Amino acid sequence: MTSLLSVSNLRVGFGHDPAKNEIVKGVSFDLAAGETMAIVGESGSGKSVTALSINRLVDFGGGKIIGGSIKLTRVDGSVLDITEAKEPVLEKIRGSEIGMIFQEPMTSLNPVLSIGTQIEESFRLHRGLTGRQATAAAKDALDRVRIPDATRRLNYAPNQLSGGMLQRVMIATALACNPRLLIADEPTTALDVTVQAQIMALLGELKRETGMAMIFITHDIGLVAGIADQIMVMQAGQAVEQGALSEVLDRPQHPYTQHLLSAVPHFESGRAARADFSRKEKETPALDVDGLVVRFKVKGSMFSRAQGSVHAVENVGFDLMPGETLAIVGESGSGKSTTARAILGLVKPTRGRFATHKGSITDATDPATQMVFQNPYASLNPRLRIDSILAEPVIAAGGRVTNETREKMKALLKRVGLPEDSLERYPHQFSGGQRQRLCIARALMLNPSVVVLDEAVSALDVSVQAKVLELLVDLQKEYGLAYLFVSHDMAVVERIAHRIAVLYAGQIVEIGNAASVLSNPQHSYTKRLISAVPSIDRRNQHFEIDTRQVPSLVRPPGFEPPEAQWREFGPDHRARAEA
Amino acid sequence: MSYLARRLLTFPLVMLGVSILVFFAIRMIPGDAITAMLGTEAGLLTPAQRESLAAYFGIDQPILIQYWKWLIGVFQGNLGISVIHGKPVLSIILERFPLTLQLALMSMVVALAVGLPAGVFAATRNEKASDLIVRVLAMIGQSTPNFVVGLLIIYALSAGFGILPTMGEFTPFLTDPLRNLGQMILPAITLGFAFAASVTRISRSAMLDVLSDDYVRTARSKGVPKRSVIWRHALPNALIPVVTLSGVEFGYLLGGAVLVEQIYALPGLGRLVLEAILQRDYALVQGCVLFIAFNFLVVNLLVDLLYVTLDPRIRLGEGG
Repeated sequence: MTSLLSVSNLRVGFGHDPAKNEIVKGVSFDLAAGETMAIVGESGSGKSVTALSINRLVDFGGGKIIGGSIKLTRVDGSVLDITEAKEPVLEKIRGSEIGMIFQEPMTSLNPVLSIGTQIEESFRLHRGLTGRQATAAAKDALDRVRIPDATRRLNYAPNQLSGGMLQRVMIATALACNPRLLIADEPTTALDVTVQAQIMALLGELKRETGMAMIFITHDIGLVAGIADQIMVMQAGQAVEQGALSEVLDRPQHPYTQHLLSAVPHFESGRAARADFSRKEKETPALDVDGLVVRFKVKGSMFSRAQGSVHAVENVGFDLMPGETLAIVGESGSGKSTTARAILGLVKPTRGRFATHKGSITDATDPATQMVFQNPYASLNPRLRIDSILAEPVIAAGGRVTNETREKMKALLKRVGLPEDSLERYPHQFSGGQRQRLCIARALMLNPSVVVLDEAVSALDVSVQAKVLELLVDLQKEYGLAYLFVSHDMAVVERIAHRIAVLYAGQIVEIGNAASVLSNPQHSYTKRLISAVPSIDRRNQHFEIDTRQVPSLVRPPGFEPPEAQWREFGPDHRARAEA
Repeated sequence: MSYLARRLLTFPLVMLGVSILVFFAIRMIPGDAITAMLGTEAGLLTPAQRESLAAYFGIDQPILIQYWKWLIGVFQGNLGISVIHGKPVLSIILERFPLTLQLALMSMVVALAVGLPAGVFAATRNEKASDLIVRVLAMIGQSTPNFVVGLLIIYALSAGFGILPTMGEFTPFLTDPLRNLGQMILPAITLGFAFAASVTRISRSAMLDVLSDDYVRTARSKGVPKRSVIWRHALPNALIPVVTLSGVEFGYLLGGAVLVEQIYALPGLGRLVLEAILQRDYALVQGCVLFIAFNFLVVNLLVDLLYVTLDPRIRLGEGG
């Protein structure tokens, strides 16, 4: 059987002189009909550019194919070299023979057109359907991706749907004309882990239903295990290893693949949890949070009063000892970031009390708590030099920049693994991982006792992530820091947490010793969260499609939730009783 | 909906603010209206005559009372009597306004008809020679004062082609559409020139932003042809800044275009305001400014309405 797609020695460059600026340097692979290939690599490896070259969308991003061939066997059996095809031919192929879905469903749909219009467009373009027929076809397409209440949803604007729903709409659009090849470029990276599991399950089912081939691009080698037949590992524009799924995962040959496999935090159901800390009796907590409530008023219309409030954080309480890490896990909208912000004084809590061992926290400039944010690219002021950035917390706390401060900066930079001349440089001269180290150094300038890490490693590539986590653990031991580690990534949490608090719909549903919570989850949500974690070990395991939505957090004015009933499951492990 | 309701509620408040500003600002200028009106002859008036004139124009009362009476009048559609014209202010304004409105509309049509395609074209040819040419032209267009453009057009037509623009008594559109358009087309082009240049620049940059958005890539991945990608997927998303700019410019044009009216001898609002100010015709200045502000606000309200139809995110409130 001839292959559906045959790529040989593909080279792609960018800019005015593409030959000088090669991003993809000679990639070759074959894909048979119905087969799924995963392209795995870190940012900048050229995996997305390779994918975008296959339907020549790379042209619109300033890229140019400078060598090699991409041979596509078309529906009628003829073979076309896509590298030489003209734009009108490509327009016929895109959408009808090659479909594509992207990383960011929230921005990948046109905000001014309804969902229905955008799905119908494919049928109009490639099938010549019009009017009612096109609408009916769009409804069927939505049904196919298991979106309930499809007829009504056709009229929705994209901003009325959640990220997971939008990714389904994207899939519906891409599959509208039954393409024989679907290119999925990091389709679940921007989604919550349980939603990711749903989308992966859906893609698997649709693949079986339609017999389409798929190219699945991801940075998460754990994710490919459930879906791919073959894997291509890319590094710096080259395919360093390619082969059958099990072959590559079980017997990786290339050092980079081995490195990638070992750097990926494998989720091990609590077996890899840290055991280097135990609570002492009667120690004063570094941070004590009690009955924290954060509500945001929902504005009514002009003439009516507030219609209620969003109960973002509901009666959250925990304590955190010096040298201990408490991970707060949960999905978007669970209130985990709001909790972190409230503790730092960045959000005004409605009720609740928190205290460090230095006393009650009153505002954001309390030097005892410091924060490291998710995106190291956006959280450093690009116009400030590193020395000014590191001086900022000192100045904010009312101090002055002295020689001593400069010495401290140098020592800290050295400690987080950055060269000493960093002080005179600007943020753009550092890589993502280095910037996160800078952010950590900045947080440590005031000798805090508590560091809040809000998704602090989520934006980093896996190998960088592993190193930053290592640094965090070392610093914790050295300075006796207490970490409040906010994350959605269970595998990362397992590596760093001593205790875990699971947040769902603004409330803690389960809290306790990390090993105990991860190995023996009690609350149904915790179980769902853990079962959704992709893993190399759980290869070819299929997820049930679960369309349950997080309940609305908007409550009528004056609403108070009933008192939580807790059940104990061991010395340090309790879960909320479920109705 | 609450977005528009809020906008509607602020409308009368802003108008009230404008009325206060206008009324008191003009009275802060030294000199008095009767002297300005009668010139040197004012010296011949007996104090009694002066008083009766002041009483006739209502300027003998305390200023707050004057304002209150004026405000009541405004609500009844009575903007006062013009001292120089001896006619109700509102009727003078309404006489001049159709011309100004027509001129503004025509200029906007010219600006959008030229500027929007030029901007979109330049954006799709980003950094190529044709893009550079459009950008340079737009820069020149934007930086040339419109009286220069007007004079150049008249000069070019008369010296180059021996055609003179239709001058003479202004003819309303309804009386003789052809003659009217003949009179209006050159002023409209003159005014639309810089306007078109701004539209070009803003639509180019808005399109450039939008063309690199994710949903445009999605559209391309569906096989949407280039033309539809640009006009159907990208342009509606790029229109908001263009609408904003056009609204503001149009609002200004509704206040009259003094220089262009002067060059083409058109009796528009711009010249009316100028005359009123020079002659210190309180009632007329107040009336004109209030009327212009009113128009400006109406245009802004229409712009907001347009936003709402253009972008469902504004209509439905930013969700998620």
